[in-house]
Amino acid sequence: MTAVTLNHYLIVSAILLTIGVFGIFLNRKNVIVILMAIELILLAVNLNLVAFSAVLNDLAGQIMAMLVLTVAAAEAAIGLAIVVVYFRNRGSIQVEDVNLMKG
Amino acid sequence: MIVDFFFYLFAAVLLVTATLVVSARNPVHSVLFLILAFFNAAALFLIAGAEFLAMTLVIVYVGAVAVLFLFVVMMLDIDFEQLRGGLQRYTGIGAAVGAALIVELIAVFGGWTLAPNAEKLRLSPTPANMNNTEALGRVLYTDYIFLFQAAGLVLLVAMIGAIVLTLRERKTSKHQSIRVQTQRTVAETLEIVTVPLGVGTNESGGFLRPKAPEPEPVHEDAGGHHGHH
Repeated sequence: MTAVTLNHYLIVSAILLTIGVFGIFLNRKNVIVILMAIELILLAVNLNLVAFSAVLNDLAGQIMAMLVLTVAAAEAAIGLAIVVVYFRNRGSIQVEDVNLMKG
Repeated sequence: MIVDFFFYLFAAVLLVTATLVVSARNPVHSVLFLILAFFNAAALFLIAGAEFLAMTLVIVYVGAVAVLFLFVVMMLDIDFEQLRGGLQRYTGIGAAVGAALIVELIAVFGGWTLAPNAEKLRLSPTPANMNNTEALGRVLYTDYIFLFQAAGLVLLVAMIGAIVLTLRERKTSKHQSIRVQTQRTVAETLEIVTVPLGVGTNESGGFLRPKAPEPEPVHEDAGGHHGHH
């Protein structure tokens, strides 16, 4: 990297992670947007791993980023399957309705 | 510097689209902004030199995950206006948590310096005169083979889980029950009649005579249909 330093990447990914966390709070009703916010958070993690990998010339960071990518894809598939089943049962995807197991 | 310019361009578009993902009124717009955000993140990966990961991000996220989101958003018949109801309720606490998080993260990253012996602690240093994909392949299939296979197992479990969760037994679908099929005997299905010579089948009722009562079919589901007939 030239004049773009590690700190540039770290700050971009910090802002991205904050946007993701903020999105979870903002969309308390729509669980699909919450899943998308989780994807943004995982993207911020990947950005950090890749930035450190590039600065340190260490390939392990990119391997870890690839594993995070795998887990994120699996998580999206399972999460959306749960959304589909939940919608089939309740007819809505409002997270605030999920209180059947409150006891 | 052209690299600087493109870094700031892609980072700015990434952050703006990420904000639009979480704040768009229509979830379909959210998914499309998510695709744009992933494209820009892939460009940032390219600038950092992680070419293979950039292409993987585009293929996996834009090609698979975002399209999956799009399918689900469009398949579910959701009342979008109703979903935006309690928006203002959580904006304050969300902004507070976000502000605290960003201040802490920037405070940590602002004073970040690499440890002096960080060069010696590297697990797999990037080899020179080799492109990114080849270098990744050389360590991924040797040093990290168990992690690679564990990732494959994670994907397998996720695939089975998604199928098991969403598979639904339709009442109208015709499917084979292997247990019932293998338990059929010749006596239940075939009837051998000796037809007298010169009489024809009309004496014994013809071909279309009422069949012998069928044996009770064995149902797979134990709960439902027993006892009705």
